[in-house]
Amino acid sequence: MTLDFSTPAHYLLALLPEIVLSVWGTVVLLAGVWKGGATSAPRAGSGNLAVLAMVGVLAAAFANGWLYGLTPGQGSTMIAVDRFHLFANWIFLLAAMLALAISPAYVRRQRLQEGEFHALVLFATVGMMLMGGTRDLIVIFLALEVMSISAYVLSGFNRRDPKSAESGLKYFLLGAFSTGFLLYGIALVYGATGSTNLGLIALAIGSGAAVAGLLHVGIALLAIGFAFKVSAIPFHMWTPDVYEGAPSPVTAFMSASVKAAAFIAFARVFLVGFGGIPESWYAIGWWLAALTMVIANVIALAQTNVKRLLAYSSIAHAGYLLVAIVALNQNATAGLLFYLLVYTAMNIGAFAVILCVSGHGEERLGLHRYAGLGARHPALAVCLTIFLLSLAGFPGTGGFMGKIFILQGAAEAGLWTLSVVFVLTTVVSYYYYLRIAWYMWMREAAESDEPDPVTVPLTMRFAMGAAVAVVIGLGVFPGGGVEFARAGAEGLLTAGALLLGAAP
Amino acid sequence: MTSLLQAVAFDSWILHVLVWGPMAAMLHVLLEDEERSGHIAFGWTLALFVVSLGLWWSFTVGDPGFQMASSVPWIEAWGVHYALGIDGISLFMVLLSCFTAPITILGSFRYITRRRKSFYALMLLLQTGIIGVFTAMDLMLFYVFFELTLVPMYFIVGVWGGKRRIYAAVKFFLYTAVGSLLMLVGILYLYAATAGAGDGSFAYLDILGASLSMREQLWLFAAFALAFSIKVPLFPFHTWLPDAHVEAPTPGSVVLAAILLKMGTYGFLRFLLPFFPAASQHPSVVTVMLVLGTAGIVYAAWVAAVQPDAKKLVAYTSVAHMGFVVIGIFALTLNGIQGGLVVMISHGISTGALFLILGMLYERRHTRLTGEFGGLARVAPMLALALVITALASIGLPGTSGFVGEFLALLGTFETHPVTAVIATSGVIFAAYYMLPMVQRVLFNELDREENRSMPDLSRREIFILSPMVALMIVIGVAPTPILERMEPSVEAILERVHTTPPAEEPADS
Repeated sequence: MTLDFSTPAHYLLALLPEIVLSVWGTVVLLAGVWKGGATSAPRAGSGNLAVLAMVGVLAAAFANGWLYGLTPGQGSTMIAVDRFHLFANWIFLLAAMLALAISPAYVRRQRLQEGEFHALVLFATVGMMLMGGTRDLIVIFLALEVMSISAYVLSGFNRRDPKSAESGLKYFLLGAFSTGFLLYGIALVYGATGSTNLGLIALAIGSGAAVAGLLHVGIALLAIGFAFKVSAIPFHMWTPDVYEGAPSPVTAFMSASVKAAAFIAFARVFLVGFGGIPESWYAIGWWLAALTMVIANVIALAQTNVKRLLAYSSIAHAGYLLVAIVALNQNATAGLLFYLLVYTAMNIGAFAVILCVSGHGEERLGLHRYAGLGARHPALAVCLTIFLLSLAGFPGTGGFMGKIFILQGAAEAGLWTLSVVFVLTTVVSYYYYLRIAWYMWMREAAESDEPDPVTVPLTMRFAMGAAVAVVIGLGVFPGGGVEFARAGAEGLLTAGALLLGAAP
Repeated sequence: MTSLLQAVAFDSWILHVLVWGPMAAMLHVLLEDEERSGHIAFGWTLALFVVSLGLWWSFTVGDPGFQMASSVPWIEAWGVHYALGIDGISLFMVLLSCFTAPITILGSFRYITRRRKSFYALMLLLQTGIIGVFTAMDLMLFYVFFELTLVPMYFIVGVWGGKRRIYAAVKFFLYTAVGSLLMLVGILYLYAATAGAGDGSFAYLDILGASLSMREQLWLFAAFALAFSIKVPLFPFHTWLPDAHVEAPTPGSVVLAAILLKMGTYGFLRFLLPFFPAASQHPSVVTVMLVLGTAGIVYAAWVAAVQPDAKKLVAYTSVAHMGFVVIGIFALTLNGIQGGLVVMISHGISTGALFLILGMLYERRHTRLTGEFGGLARVAPMLALALVITALASIGLPGTSGFVGEFLALLGTFETHPVTAVIATSGVIFAAYYMLPMVQRVLFNELDREENRSMPDLSRREIFILSPMVALMIVIGVAPTPILERMEPSVEAILERVHTTPPAEEPADS
């Protein structure tokens, strides 16, 4: 079947996964109201809403898979039904699935409103999917807001906890600030090129019709806006505090998929829209990548709070991913997609273990709490070790293959200095990832801290198992994932080229 | 024997079995209970060793190329292959690794007392990585195995090691990782260089075909040489080694000394010389490598002479011995490289045995300070005999394996770099100067400590561990020809490549 966008129905079909998820989010919200408020005592059936939401994610995944069978025709300048969009959807759906699977126990413990919590996760995911699936700056902005507002609320969701409230407020203020940059950038680019459509922007730039000064300022502002969203240094200040204060399931979700969504949009805007004038943003990207990798990895060395440590680790990963954007070729873009997929699994997996260890009120976040974990809870410790090795990029894990993929792209682009910075900062990162491992396996727990009984609920086990499967699976047999990611990158880059040719 | 091996199609499965057998063993160990884990691991590695012996017969003498080679695409999109094969150089590394594995595991029965299951699982995982490194014929596959050896070793040192184990484990890990990650960038450069018109490839033979200019060769040589020099370890990159050796549990030290260090010099031979022939014989490069090798020989010998801790002493002797290998290789002569290879084998056996003996002493007295012993020859004659033979082999007494290797390496070096050879030869004398007093302090002198009077001699298990090692030291010392004739064609092929391949023209735009 060909989607030629001749009737409105085709638009609906093209957005089927998003629509399914939006409707389902509303259903979850209503179901939450029916079940009763958070003040009621926890009852036996709690957690069902998470499962209900997961069913929605599964339905959206089916819809996404079905879209692969369609041939996108010409006609839509707003919705991109390309492989890039569809691959990005897998990342967001995986993140949503894992985040929903690790949250029920926490939500129950903290007596949060189940319905709202899970519905917000779904709505944020819809925003992300739209961000990845549009060719129009205005729609990107709207989608970003849908995602961000859900994420602001989620990070402040545990409002009885001052840290969570602080996190929500901080995230909101800085997020709004950065959105301002983005919006102003969009306005200037519109002024310079006369369009908000990426294809037409590229066309205007290609034909030399764009107003150069305005355009460059606009690109710089857009770059800053995206740098805030992906938490690249020096626009990362909010990240450690927000990640530390937000409820752990939310941190897991945000650090994986909000970042992924920002990167997906970043890639589409810069590769398709501004791919024709890389010289105008190459230096910005280069320095953002280099600074982010170096500074984030060095600061992470000093962290003793595990959540904060992973926050800096996630900033460092933003640096690696920026290398892929700067490289500006198909391999690097495919690497970006592949890495984001693996990163989602390993990062949420790591947070899942942290959530299990951290105790009822999330008070056990110090590194020393991990001393002797290997002896007390070997299964958890093995899982965390796998996730850490993957984050560090060790062979046998998906993280390694992701890094190789990005490095290949960088090599193809001749970014040798950046590649060397990449690998040397990776060595630095070994130290802090291994530090958690050595606390777990090589130290004995101090007598005085009586360890909390750690419970690992069923959905949590499912999440960890799935994450381990993704991480190891892509680490040992990355072939399929690589092909898939390449198809995605090809979709992005040739779709851009097609538009250039087809646009009036 | 040969026909039997042919009948079972030995060539087609042996390398895969040797690589993945240990991993299967690991799963078996993990499924069984703690008590039996050591025996299971021993059984598997012994069986694998016995099977690996078939390589000796099925290996075609006189063929310089890769034998028993197989290749299937692993990650097709990137041109990565699961390709294994051995030549005359890797054959002995594989045999040495397979020989050391059961001995190490048997030697750990009394030393490792807690978390035994995890320990043996990690040892077996390490074994998979080791054999993989020595048989991989694809650079990405090699890199994966090369790094795979790091993680188990990190945990072996860090969990079962001595007091400063975490420091030693992390130092070991980070040092090695810096080198290998820079090598990874080099590997990707080579990959890009093979791409040319079509798809790139990581296959060893494809990369051999890539043409590189002198400048490219020198940079890549630096990236690869750093990784391997840290692993060897070549002076001045050796500082992680004494820490790692002293803190590691006995089996960890044995594998580290006997096998892991060899990965560095193996890398020199397998990758550096053939990939970058012009850089490898560049006068400055050769000078640097020879000077560092010689410096390591002399420096490590002096440092070893003043160590009160016997384990640290042996650790430094490793640096000295590996120095001989490096100068032998960079002399770029047949004798030099063959000598280097024999030193690698001999060092693997004799240093492994020394660490095992020190471990046995430690199990008895819980100290490794040589001053704490004395007169042990009277109470433990078998142990004394083993230690004396091993120490003599380590020094390089004629009639032992150490002599063959060091003599050939020095002879080969003398052919092209006489001054270096003369200075390095002093290392042999220093070796006697540090090793013999250690033996004297431990075995002879007065039996003046009460605790030493009741020290038990070697048990049957310990005799069973040490006797094959001692026997090999002497057999190789007396009759090295079967070994030399197997490695010679491959070594000659490398040398011919080094001497006859000119660098590609510099690209005009650079």
